[in-house]
Amino acid sequence: MKTFYWLVKREFWEHKGGFFWAPVITGIVFLVLNGMGIALGEVFGRRWGGLQFGGGHVHFENNMSLVDLRNAGAGIDIMLYAVAAIILGVAAIVVFFYCLGALYDDRRDRSILFWKSLPLSDTSTVLSKLASAALLAPAIAIAVGVVVGLILALLLAVVATIHGISLWSLLMASHPLHVAINMVLLLPLYAIWALPTLGWLLLCSAWAKSKPFLWAIALPVGSGVIVSWFGLMGLLNLSTDWYWKNVVGRLLGSLVPGSWVGNASPLVVPDHNDPAAVLDSLGLAYHYSALASPSLWIGAAAGIAMIAGAIWFRRWRDES
Amino acid sequence: MTAVVTATGLSKRYKSSQALDGATFQIGSGRIVGLIGPNGAGKTTALKAILGLTTFEGELNVLGLDPRKDRDKLMEQVCFIADVAVLPRWIRVKDAVDFVANTHPRFDRAKCDAFLARTKLQPQQKVKQLSKGMIVQLHLALVMSIDARLLVLDEPTLGLDILYRKQFYQSLLEDYFDEEKTILVTTHQVEEIEHILTDLMFIRDGKIVLDTDMDSLGERFAEVLVGAEFAHAARELKPLDERQVFGKSIFLFDNVSRPELERLGEVRRPSIGDLFVATMKGTYA
Repeated sequence: MKTFYWLVKREFWEHKGGFFWAPVITGIVFLVLNGMGIALGEVFGRRWGGLQFGGGHVHFENNMSLVDLRNAGAGIDIMLYAVAAIILGVAAIVVFFYCLGALYDDRRDRSILFWKSLPLSDTSTVLSKLASAALLAPAIAIAVGVVVGLILALLLAVVATIHGISLWSLLMASHPLHVAINMVLLLPLYAIWALPTLGWLLLCSAWAKSKPFLWAIALPVGSGVIVSWFGLMGLLNLSTDWYWKNVVGRLLGSLVPGSWVGNASPLVVPDHNDPAAVLDSLGLAYHYSALASPSLWIGAAAGIAMIAGAIWFRRWRDES
Repeated sequence: MTAVVTATGLSKRYKSSQALDGATFQIGSGRIVGLIGPNGAGKTTALKAILGLTTFEGELNVLGLDPRKDRDKLMEQVCFIADVAVLPRWIRVKDAVDFVANTHPRFDRAKCDAFLARTKLQPQQKVKQLSKGMIVQLHLALVMSIDARLLVLDEPTLGLDILYRKQFYQSLLEDYFDEEKTILVTTHQVEEIEHILTDLMFIRDGKIVLDTDMDSLGERFAEVLVGAEFAHAARELKPLDERQVFGKSIFLFDNVSRPELERLGEVRRPSIGDLFVATMKGTYA
């Protein structure tokens, strides 16, 4: 266990830029852009003399019903989710390329010979890279995402206060902790759903003699083209779209955050009436209903098989 | 002598060439063995087989384990430096030490810190900021702090200047080697390891063509400086090799009685380099 901790730590050392700084910088850029938007609004607002609320602070939440307040809070929660999702999306791109290099870069620069001179099993090496990709990187992204979302909410509240509107109580009606916990609880689902893509990329990374990126893209897409061209899926009474969606898409696209929702239970109909209802209906239960879909489990099994393949190549790939 | 490595009929075929062809040898505990051969003779493949980095046919026993099956366990007892510059370029000196300290059960951190204190390495430096010689110093400090029973060195000083090369072997002898440890080294710079070896193996075309300890090497092989008048008599004795220096001939003999040779001229112990050249004649032809 201690060894595994240090193996994951090693991944973090090597990829601090991707795992930590990429989400942080995305968050900062996001905040700066929003800040510029607000500043622009302020400038135009002053020029046109708009946005003047007749003197004194308006405590309009006093006039809000509990339901409105709840919806406003839910609105902020949705914003938090959205910001975290954007940063998670950036992390997904980072993880995609991380996996492609994870078992290839050290073969290219021959530092694999140093790692292999230590008593580390190839299984724990590959699994530490999988854990870094599936859990560590998304967890960091979620943490950064929630912080950025909160800063943005604060920023908006401050600006609103300057204009005499007190949004503080609205802010208090949001649930950042709840959002963070929900996101973290979705991590296992995200990891299981992403297994086929993670497994495929790691397999290519462990196997390719050169250019793992090209192989990882070309093989699934090429197979898709062949399948489409010859209409092979007709033999199985399945459409070509099915192949693109369930084979090519799952091999390459399963890292997209929330891409399982197409496989969530159709019994849960998202409520579109108001933000709070939408949030409620899209809770953990909704997401985890994807556990009932065969695509998730078949994909996960395929992912595990490909990871086993990656371990085998890691052990036996002979460079000379 | 307890054997650390026992290889019987070691064979390995790559697509286009036979890297190992039934190599059979034994390496005893507490020895420093030089495995010398021309390029492509199978040195690196033999080392890779011993380290469990490649598949092969034949029997191979390293410290009682099969490197194909028990590699993870084997690597607690075996360490290797596979030429310079294989340390990951992104790692910091202190992180490298931390990592090995926490993943290797036989690593002695105090020892490593003491080795590093003798160098100019700074804990915060990254490997990519180091010169080749400094990378080797770091690698050597890490490896010498591991209490391994077998240390394998594959061209460990390639591309280093002479100061680092001398220091490398000197540290190994003074601070690392003892009768519990075994070192197996391959290199092309044979002159540099000549005086530290206890055993010598020549490999050619995947076969071990010479396997001897240094003491019997001196008894078996002899180099004789022969004047022109005895050159013919010397050739009668079937020398391994003959070369000319300043109008005299130097003959290299294998297993010819000492008194007989002393009649021909001045007898001395051949250098490994000359022996190597004589043994490997025609390799690239």
